Amino acid sequence: MGRLTWAAIPFDQPVVMIASGTVGFVIFCVLALVTAKGWWPYLWREWITSVDHKRIGVMYIGLALLMLVRGFSDAMLMRSQLALAAGHAQGYLPPEHYDQIFSAHGTIMIFFVAMPFVIGLMNFVLPLQLGVRDVAFPVLNSVGFWLSAAGVLLVNVSLVVGEFARTGWLAYPPLSEVAYSPGVGVDYYLWSLQISGLGTLLSGINLTTTILKLRAPGMGYRQMPIFCWTALASNLLIVAAFPILTATFAMLLLDRYCDFHFFTNDLGGNPMMYVNLIWCWGHPEVYILILPAFGVFSEVVATFSGKPLFGRRSMVIATMAICVLSFLVWLHHFFTMGAGADVNAFFGVMTMLIAVPTGVKIFNWLFTFYGGRIRFTTPIYWAVGFMVTFVIGGMTGVLMAIPPADFVLHNSLFLIAHFHNVIIGGVVFGVMAGITYWFPKAFGFTLNERLGKAVFWCWFFGFYLAFTPLYVLGLMGATRRMQHYSNMHWQPLMLVALAGAVLILLGIALTVVQIAVSIRRRELNRDVTGDPWNGRTLEWSTPSPPPPWNFSHLPQVDRADAFWAIKQKHGSTEQGRNVKRTYETIHVPRSNPTGFFLAFFAVLLGFSLIWRIWWGAGLGLLGVIVVCLMQAWRTDGEIEVPAEKVAAFERLQGLKERAV
Amino acid sequence: MLMASCSEGVLDPRGPVGKAERVILYDSTAIMLAVVIPVIVLTLVFAWWFRARNSKARYRPDWEYSGRIEMIIWSIPALIILFLGGIAWTGSHDLDPPLPLAESTAPLDIEVISLDWRWLFIYPHEGIASLNRLVVPAGVPLRFRLTSTTVMNSFFVPQLGSQIYTMPNMVTRLNLEADQPGTFEGLSAQFSGDGFSDMRFDLVSTEAEAFKDWVNTTKTQGGVLDARAFEELESPAKADGTQTYARVSEGLFDSISSRSMAAVSPQRGQ
Amino acid sequence: MSAAEQAIATADSVPLSLRGPAPARVVAGYGFWLFLLSDIIIFAALFAAYAVLSGETAGGPTAADLFDKKHVLIETACLLASSVTCGFGSLAVQSGDRNSTYLWMAITFILGITFLSLEVSEFSHMLSIGAGPSRSAFLSGFFTLVGTHGLHVTLGLCWLIVMLLQVATLGFQPMVSRRFFCFGLFWHALDIVWIGVFTIVYLGAHL
Repeated sequence: MGRLTWAAIPFDQPVVMIASGTVGFVIFCVLALVTAKGWWPYLWREWITSVDHKRIGVMYIGLALLMLVRGFSDAMLMRSQLALAAGHAQGYLPPEHYDQIFSAHGTIMIFFVAMPFVIGLMNFVLPLQLGVRDVAFPVLNSVGFWLSAAGVLLVNVSLVVGEFARTGWLAYPPLSEVAYSPGVGVDYYLWSLQISGLGTLLSGINLTTTILKLRAPGMGYRQMPIFCWTALASNLLIVAAFPILTATFAMLLLDRYCDFHFFTNDLGGNPMMYVNLIWCWGHPEVYILILPAFGVFSEVVATFSGKPLFGRRSMVIATMAICVLSFLVWLHHFFTMGAGADVNAFFGVMTMLIAVPTGVKIFNWLFTFYGGRIRFTTPIYWAVGFMVTFVIGGMTGVLMAIPPADFVLHNSLFLIAHFHNVIIGGVVFGVMAGITYWFPKAFGFTLNERLGKAVFWCWFFGFYLAFTPLYVLGLMGATRRMQHYSNMHWQPLMLVALAGAVLILLGIALTVVQIAVSIRRRELNRDVTGDPWNGRTLEWSTPSPPPPWNFSHLPQVDRADAFWAIKQKHGSTEQGRNVKRTYETIHVPRSNPTGFFLAFFAVLLGFSLIWRIWWGAGLGLLGVIVVCLMQAWRTDGEIEVPAEKVAAFERLQGLKERAV
Repeated sequence: MLMASCSEGVLDPRGPVGKAERVILYDSTAIMLAVVIPVIVLTLVFAWWFRARNSKARYRPDWEYSGRIEMIIWSIPALIILFLGGIAWTGSHDLDPPLPLAESTAPLDIEVISLDWRWLFIYPHEGIASLNRLVVPAGVPLRFRLTSTTVMNSFFVPQLGSQIYTMPNMVTRLNLEADQPGTFEGLSAQFSGDGFSDMRFDLVSTEAEAFKDWVNTTKTQGGVLDARAFEELESPAKADGTQTYARVSEGLFDSISSRSMAAVSPQRGQ
Repeated sequence: MSAAEQAIATADSVPLSLRGPAPARVVAGYGFWLFLLSDIIIFAALFAAYAVLSGETAGGPTAADLFDKKHVLIETACLLASSVTCGFGSLAVQSGDRNSTYLWMAITFILGITFLSLEVSEFSHMLSIGAGPSRSAFLSGFFTLVGTHGLHVTLGLCWLIVMLLQVATLGFQPMVSRRFFCFGLFWHALDIVWIGVFTIVYLGAHL
């Protein structure tokens, strides 16, 4: 069994054993419940093997929410450790564990929370907004999701079998080389990210092709919704940046497994090259995350102001400018590595340039509010919270883009506060707004508004309480990744930060409550018309939830905010949708287990490689090949939905709407 | 909280480099706040004034473009960035770490080696070395050459200013100065493993006479830092107090910073 | 789509971007192009690493010591020729000519295998004289860059076999045609990458 022995399970670490035991027990209970209720056939047919973008989008978001709990538990551990470990106190987490915890926290939050959230939203919304039936490659879509899930599984297994990386979330060499990280931790990190990275790349190809080649008739680039533009920019970045990550991790893997010398200290290796390569990926990555969030806010602000987005064209230009510029700034992550004044200054200036289109976007949202009739729903709370919070984070970012300022702030808690400021204030707030906004479309009922606002306030105040002390601490000279510190002046600030984290924890708990309550009260909050918010874009012209084929007729578009135009013309949604009354046979992709089985063998392959179980790796590889060959010979990929069924569905929909 | 941060750390610099950097921090923040605060205020004002239930607000459902406003909203960020870009350009050049400080006093050379997980300071012209404690004369420019034995670290004394990475097989350069006598915290700002949090040192700046005395005393006490003693230092160990060396092998720093390490250095156990 | 919608969609006066969802062949080709671009970026990163590390021979053999121009010339000839034969094979696929497809693709396969065996012999020779990837950073970069290309060629050849089996069992269905089109793109792209490798690694060594 390679290097795998019973010693890999940390029986002597109570925290880990209790945590994994609890998780294992919960998983067992869930599986038992599903089996007892006989839900497996339904789950297998309708969800696990689904290639419907709507189902896959929901699964991505479910995965992200689950991992949010995991990543946030790591955060709570970190905050409580630092609240305790002041002066001579050592806290309760020794460095060997603490180092794994902060590495896992960053890795999970970026790769397994933020990315799935954003990809899930794009997956669900894009075909509906583009007025088409599905993404370009439905089976590949399922493959992409399940490969991400495979990465999630491997990362979580590392908690109980073996260890995780102790290098921070980007695993710089020489620390991540075999000489200084001889265990399996870095291998878990590398293989789970290579597998999920492949999934992300496939998703990027899929969604880019969808946006560029699959749109309703008449929807040219000028008529495309703004969320689709930001999604396009984000997916182009995925296609261009993720291969760099793949190549760089491959080089590190070769160093670790086959004694290569890309980044080693001896025989000519160059660790600085890793830093450059990884950030060539890393900076576009954060724009991959934020651009769709910007798109969500554009949709939300326009819809709830009852006005079109202000300055649509400059929004698009700003989006694409950000897309291109994001590749020209990577060195600002290591001004202190000593590149010299000219190089540092160049990258500093380029970094600031990105602030221009970003600032333009803020102003455009502001002027969308102006002259509007704003309905203060939960998504608008998130939007206003974002506009107020993100500009502060942007400001501290531009501050650190000045190399001499960065020389005293690099790697400090000020930096931590900055990026949490923009990621929480930008990405998390955007995802929460998006989930609330599109939830009724996915499930047919709206989420409870009061609880939604409570969740917002918890996150909003929790964020400021948790991270303002970190800005201050950074200025006081506190660096990141400390397991303890000697300066007692810092402890009160750490305690305040812990309180903030607890408030955010309350917000997460309330989200769970909100979902449960909303499900219980779904009849009160039914979305019968498909257009609960008086929306402007095409997804609101479909029923909630939409049928598998999305549109019984592909809409004919002639301007932006297509659905708004239809409503103006026809007066109501039902009439707008049912103007034509003849239907045709629709082809819908059939469910396909390829994605699930590929992921299964990918986990086998990854786990075996991590533990050097070569026969297991061979088996995994063989499984992957067999599954691919089976898919290659599959010829019955589509189901035909006869015109009568479509007509019957539309008739029923019409009845439901009139009954309201 | 903010008051506390003003009395130690980056906002309480005790040297010319740190002071110049603080000026940049304050000026840039002020310039940006001039835009950020109005934006935040306007956001809240607009959101409140144009709320649906406010019948006094004028609803303009088709207003989505204004050339004049477009020009302003592109210009404001552009102008701010132009200004800050200038600060970035000149600041990067004026405060480039290898740039010698503009002082008439001759600089003191110090060689820094980051180990797992301690700091070694070699005074090449004085021929002495000190572990985890850096004694320097006040008012004298300090000219650092830095390297690492194993993994990347970052040499950082917040109250004196700029940090710089230390990397194996490479030499980085830094110039700092302490205006006045005092003791300042030093640390590594680049995570380097289990002993990272203890990787602290004190930078003690003294009067010129006191520094000479310290050098002379050190030459009479402590052992020799030769290749063998250095090899002992290379075994991974958490910081455990300070130590000085009365003599240092000639060219020790150069041999450490340029070796290609054909043999891998001591592995860290699990 | 209804007949009317179809008429609108294909009318020449309507710009491509307004004609509604593109046909499956276009979508598949476009998606594959994007994949190829992402693959080329992987190679770009490997080229960059090679460029940075090309001088780091750690006292071991250098590029000038190791590379044999004649050997590389033959490899290049094989690969470029295989692109030509692949082109003829693609024409055969388009016209639905089974025998020509088998013929031209078989020749493509043979040329590809020849390329690979030449490359394998070069690698094993280098390993036998102690010039393997563990010897120095330069060699790590070399083996990874050239080896990744070789791995792609290998995968391409496996894919070719699968495609020929698909023709034998499924005939020239649209799905099979689309996949052959993608295979052609892949095979020609590998040629382009090889030209980069040939120029930067082998010719660059002799400058």
